[in-house]
Amino acid sequence: MERSVKDAGGGQSPAAKMEKRAEYSLGALSSLTLVLIAAMVIYVLSKGWPSFAHNGLSWFGSSGNVDQQLSEIFNSPANPKYYVYKIGTWPLLYATLLTTGLAVLIGIVVATLAAVFIVEFAPESVKRIVSPVIRMLAAVPSVIYGLIGILVLVPFVGNEIVSGGRKQSVAGVVQLSGASLIVAVVILTIMICPIMIAIVADALRAVPRGWTEGATALGANRWRVMWTVSVRAARPAIIAAAVIAAARAIGEGIMLAMVSGSVGFAPNPLDGLTFWFEPLRPYAATIVDNAEGLSVKPFGQTMYAIASVLLITALALSLGGAAAKRPLRKYGVRL
Amino acid sequence: MSTTARNPGPQIVHKRGRDSVSNWRLIDRLALYACWAVGIGLCTVAAALIGYMCFRGIQYMDLSLLVTNPAVGASQADSGGFLSPIIGTFLLTLIGTVIALPFAVGAAIWIVEYGRPSWLARAVESAIEVVAGTPSIVLAIFGLLLFSGSIFEPLSFAADNGAVVGKSFLTAGAMMSLIAVPLIFTSTREALMQIPAQVREASYALGKTKWATIRRVLIPSVRPGIFTGTALGMGRIAGDTAIVVVLLGATLTLEPQGDIPLIKTLRGSGSTLTSYVYNNSPAGEGNAPQKAYAAAFVLLILILILNFGIDKLARRSKKESV
Repeated sequence: MERSVKDAGGGQSPAAKMEKRAEYSLGALSSLTLVLIAAMVIYVLSKGWPSFAHNGLSWFGSSGNVDQQLSEIFNSPANPKYYVYKIGTWPLLYATLLTTGLAVLIGIVVATLAAVFIVEFAPESVKRIVSPVIRMLAAVPSVIYGLIGILVLVPFVGNEIVSGGRKQSVAGVVQLSGASLIVAVVILTIMICPIMIAIVADALRAVPRGWTEGATALGANRWRVMWTVSVRAARPAIIAAAVIAAARAIGEGIMLAMVSGSVGFAPNPLDGLTFWFEPLRPYAATIVDNAEGLSVKPFGQTMYAIASVLLITALALSLGGAAAKRPLRKYGVRL
Repeated sequence: MSTTARNPGPQIVHKRGRDSVSNWRLIDRLALYACWAVGIGLCTVAAALIGYMCFRGIQYMDLSLLVTNPAVGASQADSGGFLSPIIGTFLLTLIGTVIALPFAVGAAIWIVEYGRPSWLARAVESAIEVVAGTPSIVLAIFGLLLFSGSIFEPLSFAADNGAVVGKSFLTAGAMMSLIAVPLIFTSTREALMQIPAQVREASYALGKTKWATIRRVLIPSVRPGIFTGTALGMGRIAGDTAIVVVLLGATLTLEPQGDIPLIKTLRGSGSTLTSYVYNNSPAGEGNAPQKAYAAAFVLLILILILNFGIDKLARRSKKESV
């Protein structure tokens, strides 16, 4: 240490040298995150590339039974020349969009109402209960949600709600065991709501007092004040919350692998009520279910292709969420 | 002035009455009830969740489960307990935190105290946000890809055919640290930004350098913030399943590799409470719901302690120091 300071010389005192070194090493440490993100995108994308290259855009399309295609890929011949890559992941993509979309839509309504409740209407004593409760819901690990789903909700839906007639009506196409879209969406909504509530409530609290007082002075009641002034001012936060929750929801693998039925099936809205009881399997759950097969080369590449879709979507959503939050900085809200 | 005194204004207001809910329009009242319903509904869901987990947990819990290792067994009676998953959870949480802590705190200090060049600082902040939004299953299989590289052999172990497996406590812990980094980073950054500029100026005025100020003044005063972030991060690590299933191998018991004590465990595979719950649920291979409930109960208590107990402790110590 003594020596390096002497070597550098240059008229700078050792203390100043030390200062510079501290700044640069901390900066280098922080920049590692950028290297990490770049490495992650490059590694995962390049590993998954053969699967995209062999299928082109039909990778996202629908071409037959996706589970059958996956097992054909898994059982590819050992010779790299005859690797099977053909897959159309539409049912999985559709399942991802369906679960995420529905959960976020329900989540927006629930989270906005809950945030208004916490910020404005809840009496102090109720507030002291609700806030930790919501933090607790956010802290419960996904495997516990999954466990409750698979051991309580799935049997309940399968035995009590879905009638034998309904099971018969689609018996040739798909089995209704109770592991279904509705259970997946309900649990996913509960899982993403706390994040959304936290973001929206922070923004509602940060709305300038003068604005709400102005509305009150004009004769608006408390709900009108919240709805027409505060919620409206917090719209960027609601969008940011939806985007960030969507990023969380598309990446939720464990819970969905447990409760969604793990069938590469695309629920059909034309089936009426039965639609809600049909099983499905989103992208993230597909990777979790097939983690054992990653060492089979073409199969692993297919999984990494799915992972790269998830990674790039999550990346876009995170950056989009950050961009959506930016207008809130003018109220001094940093989320 | 005398006219103002006789102004009947207040009386008019009085006649209209206070803003009471019964005077609201129907739609406003419905909206208010909806707010209450959502608030109470969330509490009910949470109470049901915790109540049910506690009920099942206590029903199937047996202290002997805590001290016996899992075993291969045909029935739930002889499939052993979950000692090694508990050790696995603690070990993995420890490794993840040890890696994440200096990294996240260092990044937060750099962003708030130096932050030059500013484009790099902004990029780093966004990058940490991206890490926070990356699905853990993607982190898991990225880790598998990365640590299967032959230069990372010391971190895990090689299979019989010479290929590096990439599955061990060290590799899983390294990826787990990424889950904790955003939480520790955010709470440290917020705490640093709340320190008034005068504190730093006072330290400079006493002749301390910037680095000395950071080490002697700023870090001690943001310690509660770092503490809270770390507790949250530990809770997140202990609760993650995807990385354990993919990167730890999720073997029944700890499977040490090599001969050096301690290191052999770190290089070997194992399981945690989360993977134990997953594997013993109907979705996994074990299918022992009673064991799964009991382990989930232990896990839930651990997570709640990390989230609430430690937070309270930090707040108390903060109060004492103030």
